[in-house]
Amino acid sequence: MGKKPEDVRFAKFGTVSFTKTTRVNDFIDYLEDSKVMYTHCKKCGAEFFPPRADCAGCLSSDMAWREVSGTGRLVSYSQLKYAPVGFDGDLPYSIAMLDYGDYQVFGRLDGDLSLAEVKIGMPMVTVVNELPNGQLNYIFKKA
Amino acid sequence: MLKAAVIGVGQSAFVRSYPGSIRELAFEGFKEAISDAGISAKDIDASVFCSAPEYDKQRSPSAVVAEYLGLNPQPTFYVESLCSSSSTGLKLAYSMVASGVHDVVAVIGLQKMSEISSAESQERMGRGADIQWESPFGTMMPAYYALHAKAHMDKYGTTLEDLAAVRVKAATYGQINERAVYRKAVTPDMFSDPENMMSSPVSSPLRVGDCCANADGTSCLIVANEEKAKLFSKKPVWILGVGAASASVNLTGRDKLHGLKSAELAARQAYAMAGLGPKDIDVAEVHDCFTIAELLAYEALGFAEPGGAKELIQSKETFKDGSIPVNVDGGLLSKGHPIGATGGSQVRTIVLQLRGEAGDMQVKDPTIGLVHNIGGVGIYGNVTIFGNE
Ligand SMILES: [Zn+2]
Repeated sequence: MGKKPEDVRFAKFGTVSFTKTTRVNDFIDYLEDSKVMYTHCKKCGAEFFPPRADCAGCLSSDMAWREVSGTGRLVSYSQLKYAPVGFDGDLPYSIAMLDYGDYQVFGRLDGDLSLAEVKIGMPMVTVVNELPNGQLNYIFKKA
Repeated sequence: MLKAAVIGVGQSAFVRSYPGSIRELAFEGFKEAISDAGISAKDIDASVFCSAPEYDKQRSPSAVVAEYLGLNPQPTFYVESLCSSSSTGLKLAYSMVASGVHDVVAVIGLQKMSEISSAESQERMGRGADIQWESPFGTMMPAYYALHAKAHMDKYGTTLEDLAAVRVKAATYGQINERAVYRKAVTPDMFSDPENMMSSPVSSPLRVGDCCANADGTSCLIVANEEKAKLFSKKPVWILGVGAASASVNLTGRDKLHGLKSAELAARQAYAMAGLGPKDIDVAEVHDCFTIAELLAYEALGFAEPGGAKELIQSKETFKDGSIPVNVDGGLLSKGHPIGATGGSQVRTIVLQLRGEAGDMQVKDPTIGLVHNIGGVGIYGNVTIFGNE
């Protein structure tokens, strides 16, 4: 009986991932396919970003993957001038949150975007982004 | 439920780097608190140790601290809720005393942040957020509060000058608090001078001057039931209302960023339990880890309407001689923020105020005081109301 290899796909998420194993590891496969996904509870219809394996509303674990699509509105953003250990190479970068109505998405602004063009409430899209160190995350671009 | 009072308070000086171990640091606040209460260690039935983990190498620090303070064989345990750990400890002590399980309980808050570098410390604080979904983007505490500041400024027209005014007020009182880590004056023009460190960007719109400093420090509170409070203390300060709430760690679960829901809920609970409202508060300590956090607190506590915090600071109503003095000990912005010790330090200030023993920081004849202490970026909201009658 061979030992089943550990599923550590989530180690690829973000500049530095602090999580290796999760029951929503398929999120990474979707990222590799250029899709940012959330989960939808098949039993009660609740929608979750970040994706969850289990529904806190009805306790069902029967979830379907759905794609974050269309535009969300920018809720807020901040440009960092200092970074935590391991993130210095990314500076300066901006974290932000988009409101898609049924759910919100937390991530980074497109680094090529001038902050002079950024306004709270503006429509933006979420797109997959490959980082210089080969890791994957997603960024918000002007719609 | 039985009545419960704070009968003793203690605090070390908050410093950049404490030259001793955590048990020795804990001794400083504990000794002051039991001397203040006029009791000895054998009068204490249980102890609660409060700190944020990962700064100390010691596992289960409540055990070594209890041993060092002479609190064996009484029960001791460890609680944490990030920056509000010692408010959580106070709520537990209150619950144990009010329920009759124990008569006298010590709440010991402590953090020795200098054990690790500032960058490592920021990274650990950042991991007080959602490590699976947020930390991989490179988040830090200032950045989370910056998102709230940006949202508040956009919604209500709060300005960078309003944020600076909070720091100027903090420094006004920090200068006269000998236990504070930052004791220099701060003026508004420092924030408009690009050469001045205060104006240096950290995470837009927050600047160095908008952020409190890490510190090493300890606080200690002695909580007793009515019988013991009257036996030991000439000036017990009664716990009239305790409120606590939680919120989603991941910001995507929040319905707004221009306020902290957990603080609003905690305030509502504490006011209801005390049968009091915002107008009844004579002096308050709020969690100003960042300047924006103090403005959010004014609104969460009902000292100002939503969006009205900027007028409150502009009109100086939260200065010592204003209608609702806030953080007249310099706040976290001046005192420094030794995570686990902060809530106890805030309570100590209010207890001294209500006993009329706050020295140069004393406001005129307060009878009701309030402490607002937040863990993480509004993950844990705690509001406690105290009275001297
Ligand atoms: Zn469900």
